[in-house]
Amino acid sequence: MIHLAGPYLLAAVLAGLGTYGVLARRNAVLVLVGIELVLNAATVLLVATTAAGGDRWVAGNVLTLFVVTIAAAEVSVALAVVLAVFRLRGDIDLARPSAPEGDRR
Amino acid sequence: MTSLDVAFAAVAVVAAASGLLAVTTRHVVHSALWLVVSLGSVAGCYLVLGAEFVALVQVLVYVGAIVVLVLFALMLTRAPIGPNREVSTSPAHRVLAAVLGAGVTALLCAAFWPLAVGAPAVTRLETRTGALAGQLFGTWVWPFEVLSLLLLVSLVAALAVSRLAKEAEEATVRAHPGETVHRPAEDVEA
Repeated sequence: MIHLAGPYLLAAVLAGLGTYGVLARRNAVLVLVGIELVLNAATVLLVATTAAGGDRWVAGNVLTLFVVTIAAAEVSVALAVVLAVFRLRGDIDLARPSAPEGDRR
Repeated sequence: MTSLDVAFAAVAVVAAASGLLAVTTRHVVHSALWLVVSLGSVAGCYLVLGAEFVALVQVLVYVGAIVVLVLFALMLTRAPIGPNREVSTSPAHRVLAAVLGAGVTALLCAAFWPLAVGAPAVTRLETRTGALAGQLFGTWVWPFEVLSLLLLVSLVAALAVSRLAKEAEEATVRAHPGETVHRPAEDVEA
């Protein structure tokens, strides 16, 4: 027997922390840390739904596996973009504007 | 309070606290390492909720692959070791971000309030790995196959993005000969 208030509260807290992480970081890689926390908030809810017996086809667990896979794909592309930006600009500081076209090195 | 509630609360507190440290610490590498603790505790939550296979996938894929990828990216972008103020935005911006984050939490709590408060404890349904596999390769087989295609596409896209960046950089070198070019990631490709 388990109360569902716990998973709901954890999901809300993780989503809030992830939002803060996305908005308050200047380092582009650390923005991804916030995104991972938001995704985990969603998956906690999905797993809790299955644990409560609220779905057919074990949908909560299967969708959680899908979200984890999609997160892996998203992180690989995002990090490729971050590395490309680092190679062109020399930093990945999101608060610093890019050099104008022509004197970018 | 049942014993499962207590177990869930214990791992959830660890997950939330380490998540807070991951988004607030000034050490860049510590942020990724606190993320490991947070995601590992979420895997513990899945175990308490009776989803053993999902918990193992969380540890294998999230902690084993995604966080390692993040750590690699931090190393390749020459993350500073030690505390660094440049990691976060200005205090005013952080306050605004904290208000927005708290707003998201409050909104979700308000949405879940009617579902959670006063609701009786439910019987936890344990998902056996065999049942999960049966559903995954039965009901969900086509989404599963499409997902493998998505992984392939993202792999090719990551490769293409890194090649395009290299070509753009070489074009810049040709346009401005004689200038020294910043190429930090070059040695990694070899």
